[in-house]
Amino acid sequence: MSDAQASVRERILAALDALTDPEIPVVTLRELGILRDVRTTPDGLEVVITPTYSGCPAMGQIEDDVKATLAALGIEARVVTQLSPAWTTDWMSDAAKEKLRAYGIAPPHVRPAPEVGIVRFMKRPATAAVACPKCGSTHTVVSSQFGSTACKALYKCLDCQEPFDYFKPY
Amino acid sequence: MSTAIDYLLHLADNAVVLGQRDAEWCGHGPILEEDLALANVSLDLIGQARLLYQRAATLMGGDATEDKLAYFRDAADFRNYTLLELPHHGPLVGYAASDRDYATTIVRNFLYSALMVHLWDALTRSSDSELAAIAAKSVKEATYHLHHSRDWLVRFGDGTDESHARAQAAVDHLMPYTEEFWASSPAETAAAEAGVGVDVRTLRAGWDALVNDAFAEATLTRPACRGYVTQGKLGLHSEHLSFLLGEMQSLARAHPNGCW
Repeated sequence: MSDAQASVRERILAALDALTDPEIPVVTLRELGILRDVRTTPDGLEVVITPTYSGCPAMGQIEDDVKATLAALGIEARVVTQLSPAWTTDWMSDAAKEKLRAYGIAPPHVRPAPEVGIVRFMKRPATAAVACPKCGSTHTVVSSQFGSTACKALYKCLDCQEPFDYFKPY
Repeated sequence: MSTAIDYLLHLADNAVVLGQRDAEWCGHGPILEEDLALANVSLDLIGQARLLYQRAATLMGGDATEDKLAYFRDAADFRNYTLLELPHHGPLVGYAASDRDYATTIVRNFLYSALMVHLWDALTRSSDSELAAIAAKSVKEATYHLHHSRDWLVRFGDGTDESHARAQAAVDHLMPYTEEFWASSPAETAAAEAGVGVDVRTLRAGWDALVNDAFAEATLTRPACRGYVTQGKLGLHSEHLSFLLGEMQSLARAHPNGCW
């Protein structure tokens, strides 16, 4: 990569770092692991994004936001959606998890290693209790595994009585 | 190439048809949490269908698009399991109408997701790298769908006399349709031989284990299934698919190439 290309790449990354998730406006696309790469190819610059849940309606908005940011910079670059490796919440940085907690969303736990063989899907893997993002208590119960967006579950704190969202491990 | 396309359409049609069915609960769920849950399950399924249709359209080339595949094919072109197109209630006679039955919805989602966790898991090793990538995402979503439907299956089966009776009736009604899972279609056989797909027979032990384990906990009886094997994946559907597609496709057909 030439120095000029490297500097354009840095400009793109700096500009894209201002972009947050449309549904969770406290974490950036890079922190969530949606923005995977800015790379130079023989056909020009490419910004690589990866979808979260297959049906996440925010992905269209995210792609539009990236394109608009590039257009505002006056830089020619293609936006490429890449499925593999599949997005996982394990890519989320600790800083991003802390921002989620401060915003009132319990951050995702690290995914447990999958069971092997036929028992893999038999029982839900045992996971540590989800801590309430308001009071920190782990005395919480799940109200529903599906919440206000595809990526979240609904929980309730039995100590402070607050309902809250839990970002599901994926 | 057409081997992969036929197989992708089978997988995509499954996802879009069940996604459309489950979306019928949007705004009509028995409780708010389940209304949200079914809408989320539906969203995942339609998202999976989009990725699969996009892959098929890429392989087809020309002017094929995901929208053309979803909205401009007729019932006889669809390759989904008959199980997935059935309405949310038991068998009816003549012009009888029925309210949606949540036990039917839950039992169907359980039987399908118990298959799909195994199928998607196996398809992560598909020779079609794009299909393998879609499978790696979908298996995570199917696992959540399985846990959701299994929880409710146990709650219904091991619940009140009324919920048990309705869950058992749904099992008795739907279970025979699952025989179609195991009757390999020419498209499935060709895809398995090409390394794109999976030999469905290899999935049966895993599916049986999940079903038997859940039914035991739910105190439900697994009925014997013999007799007619449905052939939706060959394009021979029940009378219900055309109505489902009529609703799903009407807007796109009224405004071809419309966008916003």
